Amino acid sequence: MTGTLDRRRAVPASVGLLWRVVPPGLYGGKASVLVERAAVVNRRAWFVLVGGAFEPMLFLWSLGLGFGQMVTAVTGPDGQPVGYAAFVAPALLAASAMNGAVYDATFNVFFKFKYLKLYDAMLATPMGPMDIAIGEIAWALLRGGLYSAGFLAVMLGMGLIASPWALLALPVALLVAFAFAAVGMAATTFMRSWQDFDLVQLAVLPLFLFSTTFYPLSVYPGWVRVVVSWTPLYHAIELMRGLTLGVVGWGMLGHLAYFAVMAAVGTVVAARRLGKLLLD
Amino acid sequence: MRTLRASWYGFEKHWTWYRRNWRATVVSSFLTPVLFLLALGFGFGSQVRSTELLGGVPYLQYLAPALVVVTALQGATFESTYAIMSAFLWQKTYIGMVATPITPAQVLYGQVMWIGTQLVARSAVFVVIAAALGAAAGPGILWAVPFGALAGLAFSAPLIAYSARLDKPDSFTTVFRFVLMPMTLFTGAFFPVAQLPEWLLPVVWLTPAWHGIELARGAAFGTLGVLPALGHVAYLAVLAAAGLALGVRYFRRRLAV
Repeated sequence: MTGTLDRRRAVPASVGLLWRVVPPGLYGGKASVLVERAAVVNRRAWFVLVGGAFEPMLFLWSLGLGFGQMVTAVTGPDGQPVGYAAFVAPALLAASAMNGAVYDATFNVFFKFKYLKLYDAMLATPMGPMDIAIGEIAWALLRGGLYSAGFLAVMLGMGLIASPWALLALPVALLVAFAFAAVGMAATTFMRSWQDFDLVQLAVLPLFLFSTTFYPLSVYPGWVRVVVSWTPLYHAIELMRGLTLGVVGWGMLGHLAYFAVMAAVGTVVAARRLGKLLLD
Repeated sequence: MRTLRASWYGFEKHWTWYRRNWRATVVSSFLTPVLFLLALGFGFGSQVRSTELLGGVPYLQYLAPALVVVTALQGATFESTYAIMSAFLWQKTYIGMVATPITPAQVLYGQVMWIGTQLVARSAVFVVIAAALGAAAGPGILWAVPFGALAGLAFSAPLIAYSARLDKPDSFTTVFRFVLMPMTLFTGAFFPVAQLPEWLLPVVWLTPAWHGIELARGAAFGTLGVLPALGHVAYLAVLAAAGLALGVRYFRRRLAV
């Protein structure tokens, strides 16, 4: 029995950089258990799970039927005109990666944290806060990956994919979702009540609407362009649009770096805050 | 008279809460439609080269009255799902209220009064902002306020009745995804329903959104006939009344001692 209790304190032999950023006791190497739990809980809720794929498809459909008939062509990433549906569909893929990740990491995590007291129970086991952060994010990614794959398949069926580079859109969607989930979860640890969630809305909705999702950046006057080009969803949309339309360049690495930094900072802050809230 | 006063107490309860916590919902209730109007009306609208499909009006003005209705429907949905469940199960406000001389039916009336008031307030604020941004074709857009609220209540009342029967919130996601979302996108708010396939139209005609949008847009452009207007209003009123009647039944079943 004492063996199981001590295991949590045990630090692996290789004490690298990670362990200086993430103190031992925060991580027990059991994040997969949380994913397993999520899978078990959702076994009966598969309808809700699969239903999540339905929403972006509705958007796609409305693009083809409605919006695309009012706007015939817009200026694509390389300056050439592209069909409206082909222009917006990759942006919706990026936006749905963001939306799914943020809602999972804020509303769902807050509910489990504050009302279900799920994490209190988990910390009474060999799991640490880092396991919880990684496990929650991993589950959100699994779900997001499923949706993104479905969305890409529908795009392919509608003839909206112009290049084999689009295969990379799936891992990129996962990275984007990871970054947003990490930051969202870090933000959740600062929330006091449901009332604060209006602030999440205040952040996500303008990102969704104004990050060149529905029209090219050239619509804006100069200074707004600069502001928009700093926001995260803009970078995600640039990536997705470039990949599905086949306009690929080295500049994309810069966009990727943006999300790598976002993900790293978010995860560390989330784990440290969760540890502080739950263990102290 | 007594019913009215008792319902008023329920209304007052919400107002007291709101007076202190209005900041919490100001973004979702007042700012959201304005953001949509800016992004779609101005941004997307700037890409619409030909307004032939819209009957020759600028996209911004085409969108504004319908956006009032869609926002009212969305607001009504949120107020009629989690909020109702919370008052039964989590905060148990309804349970507390029926411990006083207030009856279950009066609890429901108070709730619906509150939702209706909120819808009117939100729509009115939005219409003023939209008009300031140049999205109003004329004073007719003011009609969007009562029509939006009516459409909202026509959806809210049946939804409250539905929520009053539930014990867990899981199926709300399904309502949002499979009812609210399609109703927002495909009932003529963002593009004319004439662009939809024909087999879908009967479904569209069933939704309160379509009736509300027809009313609000018709009034905004002065193209609304008296008879069609009466028909739309009657349909929405019947939906609201039927929902309310069902709601009274389920509220009694759940709250009567």
